Amino acid sequence: MKYWNQTYECMTRDEMTRVQTDRLINTVKRIFHNVPFYRDKMQKAGLEPGDIKSLEDLKKLPFTYKQDLRDTYPYGLFAVPLSEIVRIHASSGTTGRQTVVGYTRRDIDTWAEVMARTLSCAGATKESFIQVAYGYGLFTGGLGVHYGAERIGASVIPISGGNTKRQLQIMKDFGTTILACTPSYALYLAEEMEEAGIRKEDLHLKAGVFGAEPWSSNMRNEIEERLGIIAIDIYGLSEVIGPGVASECHCKNGLHIPEDHFIPEIIDPVTEEVLPPGSVGELVFTTITKEGLPLLRYRTRDISSLNYEVCECGRTCVRMSKVSGRTDDMLIIRGVNVFPSQIESVLLEIGETAPHYLLIVDRVDNLDSLEVWVEMTPSLFSDEVKMIEDIEKKIRKEIEGTLGINAKVRLVEPKTIERSEGKAKRVIDRRKL
Amino acid sequence: MLVKQISVFLENKSGRLAEVTKILGENGINISALSIADTTDFGILRLIVNNPEKAEQVLMENGFAVSATSVIAIGVEDKPGGLSTALEILARESIGIEYVYAFVGRDGKDAYVILRVENPDKAIDVLTKNNIKVLSSSAVYEF
Repeated sequence: MKYWNQTYECMTRDEMTRVQTDRLINTVKRIFHNVPFYRDKMQKAGLEPGDIKSLEDLKKLPFTYKQDLRDTYPYGLFAVPLSEIVRIHASSGTTGRQTVVGYTRRDIDTWAEVMARTLSCAGATKESFIQVAYGYGLFTGGLGVHYGAERIGASVIPISGGNTKRQLQIMKDFGTTILACTPSYALYLAEEMEEAGIRKEDLHLKAGVFGAEPWSSNMRNEIEERLGIIAIDIYGLSEVIGPGVASECHCKNGLHIPEDHFIPEIIDPVTEEVLPPGSVGELVFTTITKEGLPLLRYRTRDISSLNYEVCECGRTCVRMSKVSGRTDDMLIIRGVNVFPSQIESVLLEIGETAPHYLLIVDRVDNLDSLEVWVEMTPSLFSDEVKMIEDIEKKIRKEIEGTLGINAKVRLVEPKTIERSEGKAKRVIDRRKL
Repeated sequence: MLVKQISVFLENKSGRLAEVTKILGENGINISALSIADTTDFGILRLIVNNPEKAEQVLMENGFAVSATSVIAIGVEDKPGGLSTALEILARESIGIEYVYAFVGRDGKDAYVILRVENPDKAIDVLTKNNIKVLSSSAVYEF
């Protein structure tokens, strides 16, 4: 099946604008009446629900920040009576107080719909066996993919994260065709698979839907090569709905956003101005069908751009470019904005390095220093000191060329950088600011 | 005549060399000769052992970055000027030397030297023609 919902995925721009306008107007009315927080915000900005008549008026609406969810913890932004909420998820809270999101029965239905579109983008059908290796629980990854896969009618293997040996065993024995996990875990699985003597030919894997952390196109190539699959980048965040907010199709040229549910904008994170299509900036979402936790202009902190051209796959809905960094996870080193994914791309372009690296940022004598640890791989290793030093030099030069800062590069022994089964830890910031 | 040398990437931190030699010992692998090329951050350990294939395998299994390189081993008279005769021959033929390290044989008469050169086959040829003793790989592994 090429599309899950051709009507909405391949709508003309005019039709989509009509759908979005209606839904936006309704959402704003509902929010104004049901969420005091938004009513205050809108009144402070001198806005009445009636002022929002078209998509052009979207930019008048106030932004929503992650901090707003924390300040109204746990249920302050919910727009329905709590008795209507059938599911609650929460963020891990590693960067502050946890944020809570609630779903009505219809929200769960919407979520399954958008996630079914995502999985169909990866080629899933009712014949597929989908191994969900995202964590199940408060994290939206596991259950989000799960409901979308069930909606399609695929056979779901709800193994959750971790227990790598069992993952491989099941993948082989159950005939998994689609794997869903973080890209770093996919690579870890590939590594363990090779060590366990399982060849990719022994598996039935056809595709993988990978998200929840930044990864480079080189990392994609490596995953595709080592697992013998097509690797699809998916995007989502719990505040908007969870996984299903955007997904690549087989063209792998940008991630389609189900615009009939979420309206994206790109803004300049500093001036907060809306930027024209194609510009790089912070991605902002307004949900237009959600009932439990509808959000106006939610600041994702993710850096992307939007492309409204019709995709080769036939889908007309807008594509966001792969997230190239975060405005808040961004490291500022000697005044330069550095995203770990940029360094990852540099490393991957040098040889066939497995992308295991660690950035160590420190401040010595009031000056920031960046040290990049890279694990030695068989393809990088040479018997001659000069050749290894040349590799170090090359990595250093490429980082300088890409980021404009000097880094100390240190090659370390294989498998000395800690592996994770969830999100990869790529940065240690020792600066005491 | 080519001798298989095993090279191992080591970070400059205590206990790494001990770890390698322990693994080799536990697997019944005997070291005939070794040398370390070191920089501030890392070192390359070069080893001549009695079973290079097995050494390569067990070290890889233990997570080390390992590679195998072909080197040549020569025996020179253990007296002043013994080594220079051999090196002059190579210089005359413009065969560059990447690195050299010496080791002691069991008989104690000759001194033995491992050479990593640009063109090992040609080096063996000219050394042999000039009556320098080039050791066979099996002889070296048994030292």
